[in-house]
Amino acid sequence: MSVPQQAIDSLIEQPNLFRQLKLADWLWAGIVLAAAALVFSRYGGNMDAYEIGILSLTTPGLIALGWYWKAIQPYALTVAAFSLLGIWLYGGDYGNAEKVFGLRFLFSSQSAVMWMSALFVMATVAYFGGLFTGSEFIQKTGSSLTWAALIMGLTGLMVRWYESYLIDPEFGHIPVSNLYEVFILFCLITGLLYLYYEGRYKNRALGGFVLLVISAAVGFLLWYSFERDADKILPLVPALKSYWMKIHVPANFVGYGSFALAAMTSVAYLLKTYGDPQGFITLRLPTLEMLDDITYKAIALGFAFFTIATILGAMWAAEAWGGYWSWDPKETWALIVWLNYAAWLHLRFSKGWRGAPMAWWAVVGLFVTLFAFLGVNMFLSGLHSYGEL
Amino acid sequence: MKSSPTAVARLIKFLGSMNLAISLLMVVAIASIIGTILKQNQPYTDYEIKFGPFWFDIFKSLGLYDMYSAAWFLAILTFLLLSIATCVGRNTPGILRELRHFRENAQEKSLRAMKHQLSLSSELSSQDAHAMAQRILAAQGFKTRQKVADSHIVVAGMKGRANHWGYWFTHIGMIVILLGAGILDNGSLAIRIAEWEGKLKPETRTIPVAEVPAISQLPASNAAYRGSVDIPEGNRANVIFLPVRDGYLVQYLPFDVEVKDFRVEHYSTGMPKSFESDLVIHDKSEPKPLATTIAVNHPLVYKGIAIYQANFGDGGSEVKLRLYPFNNPQAAQNMDGKIFSDYNLTRDNKQYKLELNDFRLFNINDIEGPDGKTKKQNIGPSITFKVRDATGQAMEYQNYMSPIDIKGQRYLISGVRGTPAEPFRYLHIPLDPKGGIDRFMTFLSNIQNPELVKKSALATTQTSMQETAIQKPELENQVVESMVRLTNLFSSKGSEGVMQEITERFPENQRANAADAFMKVLNASLRALYLETLKQEGVTGEPSDADWQFFDDSIMAVDKISAYGSPWFLQMTSFKQIEASGLQITRSPGKPVVYFGSVMLAVGVFLLFYVAHRRIWVWITPRENNRSEVVVTGSSNRNQPEFDSYFNKLQGIFQQAMAQEVNHVRSTASD
Ligand code: HEM
Repeated sequence: MSVPQQAIDSLIEQPNLFRQLKLADWLWAGIVLAAAALVFSRYGGNMDAYEIGILSLTTPGLIALGWYWKAIQPYALTVAAFSLLGIWLYGGDYGNAEKVFGLRFLFSSQSAVMWMSALFVMATVAYFGGLFTGSEFIQKTGSSLTWAALIMGLTGLMVRWYESYLIDPEFGHIPVSNLYEVFILFCLITGLLYLYYEGRYKNRALGGFVLLVISAAVGFLLWYSFERDADKILPLVPALKSYWMKIHVPANFVGYGSFALAAMTSVAYLLKTYGDPQGFITLRLPTLEMLDDITYKAIALGFAFFTIATILGAMWAAEAWGGYWSWDPKETWALIVWLNYAAWLHLRFSKGWRGAPMAWWAVVGLFVTLFAFLGVNMFLSGLHSYGEL
Repeated sequence: MKSSPTAVARLIKFLGSMNLAISLLMVVAIASIIGTILKQNQPYTDYEIKFGPFWFDIFKSLGLYDMYSAAWFLAILTFLLLSIATCVGRNTPGILRELRHFRENAQEKSLRAMKHQLSLSSELSSQDAHAMAQRILAAQGFKTRQKVADSHIVVAGMKGRANHWGYWFTHIGMIVILLGAGILDNGSLAIRIAEWEGKLKPETRTIPVAEVPAISQLPASNAAYRGSVDIPEGNRANVIFLPVRDGYLVQYLPFDVEVKDFRVEHYSTGMPKSFESDLVIHDKSEPKPLATTIAVNHPLVYKGIAIYQANFGDGGSEVKLRLYPFNNPQAAQNMDGKIFSDYNLTRDNKQYKLELNDFRLFNINDIEGPDGKTKKQNIGPSITFKVRDATGQAMEYQNYMSPIDIKGQRYLISGVRGTPAEPFRYLHIPLDPKGGIDRFMTFLSNIQNPELVKKSALATTQTSMQETAIQKPELENQVVESMVRLTNLFSSKGSEGVMQEITERFPENQRANAADAFMKVLNASLRALYLETLKQEGVTGEPSDADWQFFDDSIMAVDKISAYGSPWFLQMTSFKQIEASGLQITRSPGKPVVYFGSVMLAVGVFLLFYVAHRRIWVWITPRENNRSEVVVTGSSNRNQPEFDSYFNKLQGIFQQAMAQEVNHVRSTASD
């Protein structure tokens, strides 16, 4: 035999997951577990069964995520460090938000979110700059800026969570309960999804496009907080005091985020299809196949999470309003969005449609989604008791 | 009648066609939009006002006011259901084949035609190559089947069959959901049918439950329903009301629900923190009643019937009222009232009806603080009522019990409006230093008292005449006379009245001056009367600024009275709040079914997206002196790009494990 036996064995035998893990991965797992244990030992007393359930599911979830996408590890650790720093700076007095430098200019939720906003806009510029000049370096800067924005944004949410308890223990709640907070969430999730695909496909050319949506969201966020001082922390209305909210809303925003991403990759797709074939944009954008593939993957991911989110929403409704389905405008629009993408998936998958029409549809899909997410709150009244503009 | 098989076949083909499926998905989506734009299940009168009689009828006939249970919409959903069902039926045989058959009998030609393939000639004997191929595929998690012919050996493997289960779960899940929600839980459908059969007829009048005829009642045995009922504290009910278009049905419950107490807890900001009710369930089939507490997001599920805290309102609070007739404030009278009751009153032998509509303990309003910033603040209890005259005309009022502080001066506030569409216009009655409204009322009766008016008019004119040392009796009378006239005019018709008189008596160009003069005169008289009022009250010495502030406020108030509409000012002196808890009560046997379907759907979608059904074939041909030629091919039904790189990795393994020389590789791998 030309090849020695054990060589063949090691070649053939699938190295199992755990043997592929590096020391860093085990460290990561250790830290997450320790953190969870600490949280439980400190606050377990105040947790009800559901919260314990959520904790015990998020812990392995986070570990797995960090193993699957390594970049999550440094990201999560930095956010944790910053958040703890912010909390420590507060030292149990909300007044410090204005007094302490580190809070006033960095880690109080408001300032952190401002940083996020600024960094996202800068990242958008950088990505486009990189695309136009074709400079690898500028594009890399874009990625770093995006990571920075994501760090500040999530830190902002974490600190805000703490602040809500600081203002008045009765107010305390996870910050996914009004339009201001979910807009931050939207920016974060969309940004993370993008960076995931950026790493996966080793291509930064799409950054500007995706970040464009995020910048738009940031614009709204700023208008909303300055015009309506929506960044004020208010207690929850009774209808929102439900553990369902804690999972329903984030699941929803994974959906919204992915759909937004898909729409923007489709925009790129359309530019490449209709743009002049020798134009530098056309040349620097990824291949149509790749764009199409990302679009499909994003819509699939969004659809999957949106399905879950809608189901969770129904279960929540069953508990809050006495019926799992009331054809309330928000519910109905969620269904519309969902059906729309179901149709899209069927066309692409079962009829094998590809190309410009599907790209156009994905773009339209974003507007449908946008209406479900904003328009309903603005124009239609319903049972959904938050986010009135 | 019987239809030819071809017709059936065509029908099935049509129902199962992807085009229909996609069209249906879009149709449902677009149809659903209507109901979100046109607010559903509002009082029909609202629709009539909004659209006018013509469109109102058209929309009504289209069932747009309760669209989601309209026949045409249910029909579309049924179509979707059929489409999915047929589709699953049609795809299932094919999928079963996919799952069962490893295709170990595939022809070499067809394999060689495949997009992903590697062919190499190996040093291994065909048996060894066979064993090796099995080992590799097994290690990769493939299930394999072998075909050993003397001319060649085929190892056919596949993995990721769960993908096809995903298809079943997704679509059967949808079917389960649609059936669970559409059949088991569809109370409105059952009602529709009963209506068609003439067994049911919604009640449209607002009458006591006891008087609702049997044809508008549903028995406690009814399988599925969703309705609501308001139960005042301390009362019990064994019925709920199901809204049906412009009417309602009375649904009986298998038990009595008693509301012991309803509570609203508030945050420090005054925002409501929780709504909860202490309930007692009286169930004849149980030895003793069940006491429990429900709150928003924390319903009670009792024997398959769920009771939710939906909303709340007044349950007939008891109030003590004091009525001051504006045209004779001294004749004030007390009365006891109960919210939701009417009371007949007479004033100057005119008939009025006082309808008490609502009591509110908290009123969180935007109040302008001294810093000029408006902030939310609780301004205490209020009572809402209507005063209806003999002709049936009514004005609506909202009176606040406790005085409200505006820039240091305290007022009793009463809002008035003609229709719910208008905003309230407010009457501010200033409070005297003692914190009562006596001074205002005395002042009011003084300016309505002819002798007093004349007396004080005389006094003031004479003093002013002496000061100016003029001796003109006729002028004096003139002044006095006009003072009296203007004062009466003002106290009966307000400044409106005065202006009216001016416009009647003077030409355009003189009116401004006239108004000036009139106001001076009127003001002099009113001031005199106010001083008189203070005297009666026993205030000695010069009136303070506060007193003059009070005077100005009083004049403002008097000015508004003529347009106020009610002959009384109604003051709430005390109350006993009785709240009603708004309960939503549902029975939905389909819920577990729907949830089960939902889980299937969710699991199915993930399997569909994230599991790919992959096949690998290894075709081994024995060659002379114990060598063999090996062809490896593969295919996947999902994620081609990923399969490309996977196949690359796999062929690497095959090459190293068996190859001597690689004849040729075909793969569209990206790297
Ligand atoms: C609300 C209804 C429906 C939903 C939510 C739904 C959902 C889905 C989803 C998510 C997929 C996977 C698409 C992909 O893998 O990219 C799929 C595939 C498919 N659907 Fe549906 N579907 C629905 C109705 C139908 C109907 C009515 C038909 C019948 C024509 C149908 C036929 C199919 C077929 C043939 C596939 C491909 C499955 C495969 O080959 O693995 N679907 N469906």
